[in-house]
Amino acid sequence: MAAKQIDNPLHIWGHYTALIVLALITLAPIWVMIATGFKDDVLVQQKEPVWFFFVPTVENYEYIMTRGKFDRYLWNSVIVGVSATFLTLLFGGLCAYALARTEFKGRVFVANSTLLVRMVPPAVLAVPAFAMVINFSLDADLAVLIFFYTALNLPFAIWLLFGFYKQIPVELEEAAIVDGATALQVFFRVLLPLMKSGYAVAGIFTFRIAWNEFILALLLTGRTSRTLPVGAAGFITDTGVEWGRIMAMGTLIVIPPLLFTFFAARQIIAGMTAGAVKG
Amino acid sequence: MTDFTAGSVAVRTRPRDLSALIPYFFILPAVAIMLAGLVYPVIQAFYLSFYDWKIGTEFSGAPYVGFGHFIRMLGDENVWESIWVTIRFGFWTISIEMFLGVSLALLLEKPIRGASVFRTIFILPLMVSPVVVGLIWRYLFDARIGWINYYLVQVGLEPQVWLGDADLAFFAIVFTDIWQWTPFIFIIVIAGLQALPSEVLEASKIDGANWWQHILFVKLPMIRSILMIALLMRLIDVFRALEVMYILTGGGPGRSTELLSLHIYNRAFDTQQLGYASAISVLLIVIVTTLSLGILRMGNPMKDKSDI
Repeated sequence: MAAKQIDNPLHIWGHYTALIVLALITLAPIWVMIATGFKDDVLVQQKEPVWFFFVPTVENYEYIMTRGKFDRYLWNSVIVGVSATFLTLLFGGLCAYALARTEFKGRVFVANSTLLVRMVPPAVLAVPAFAMVINFSLDADLAVLIFFYTALNLPFAIWLLFGFYKQIPVELEEAAIVDGATALQVFFRVLLPLMKSGYAVAGIFTFRIAWNEFILALLLTGRTSRTLPVGAAGFITDTGVEWGRIMAMGTLIVIPPLLFTFFAARQIIAGMTAGAVKG
Repeated sequence: MTDFTAGSVAVRTRPRDLSALIPYFFILPAVAIMLAGLVYPVIQAFYLSFYDWKIGTEFSGAPYVGFGHFIRMLGDENVWESIWVTIRFGFWTISIEMFLGVSLALLLEKPIRGASVFRTIFILPLMVSPVVVGLIWRYLFDARIGWINYYLVQVGLEPQVWLGDADLAFFAIVFTDIWQWTPFIFIIVIAGLQALPSEVLEASKIDGANWWQHILFVKLPMIRSILMIALLMRLIDVFRALEVMYILTGGGPGRSTELLSLHIYNRAFDTQQLGYASAISVLLIVIVTTLSLGILRMGNPMKDKSDI
């Protein structure tokens, strides 16, 4: 059968058509959000959808940036995202290195439990996290959030980095040790430079989750420590949803993940498929 | 080494002792954070499930109820309903996503020019914040100004109050999930197919396998483990999901879109029964742990494989 007739032009044409249709289905809702953020209220409330041709306005952006606490939320989100990512990569990297490169009692147990706790549902964390905050009278909201995001991301980061460490030939380290390098020197001088792309993938995944997370942020933050997703949900009020503003906010929230996707799609896919393909 | 007092024995053993401890120093911070941030809360959920603690009251004043919450749970229609919603949601989303994702991947697996552009587009729904996904689709499904209703009318169908009707709201969350996750299945299946050894594929064609036989008896069996792991991961996700539905429907109308995770959240922070919600969490932990053990049995990627 003609399953592999690559040079059949009709086949290629069909192939591209199918991919383009799928891509449009994927992109359309995201475009709707971006477009709606630039529409004035009359246009937003109008029944007939306008996809492209309208007079764009920045009034929604003006509103959220000046009237709301947008700068505050943005700052909180950046702090939480960057700190959680840094801590996850630092501690996760050390742990993955030990699991991949050294023999110690309990190694297999730690590896297996790491995979198990990766699956803990956020809903299960909600009540105990809330209880911890109350019982220990914690009030440094952002620190609590950073702590939980680090914990949530460590298992996946360790697992991912473990795979990357395994790909580096042991001989490189052995050579460094023979030359008199200490364990820490081997780690920082020999391995880290080779692990750049591994850390990039783990970092993108961690930052994305910390940046996007909503439910714990909703529970554990107060008036001044809200993150962007919590701020966006705040535009849903009892009297209705301010669609123009909420879509403008949504567009701003989506910018960092979009940038990651465009610049590091290959690495992201490597991370996503690592679990399924390597397992 | 400026260790004057140490004898030759000490000099020989000291580095070895230290290096035996180094791995523990390396794993210590990560393990400590995971214990405090993941394991402790799970234990705490078990503990809280024995108390009837309500929001706004001191925990020390909460009465101990033993297994009371678990007994209550067995007869609680709302809990069973949300489990049933979760199972139905999982069934429809996963079967449709797997079917669409795998068939599209089989049709479009061939490497073509521009593939990376398409791949980039297909991961976008997964990178977008769940809150934003919920907001976008809430707008599209809106009864009054939603775009979906507009186009339904254009093709001569009745507009619907999508998020105000139990069955339609359920359809809406399934539809949204399919939009978000089918590309993921598509991408990992393509990655799996492209990694297949070409000799086997050639051999099957030389042996005269037709297109269907080639797919059913050669390709699909060879990517079996990818499919199984993708399936289990999606299944676990179904039990973890709540953010998109929280924004899109809030679980309503009634409990028609209240997945188990969302049910726990609503119990805890809407009806304010923290203790009872913890008891339901315990059930969720048991379900998710069972499924995760399934993945571990399928193949722990951290097993000592030299070729990993």
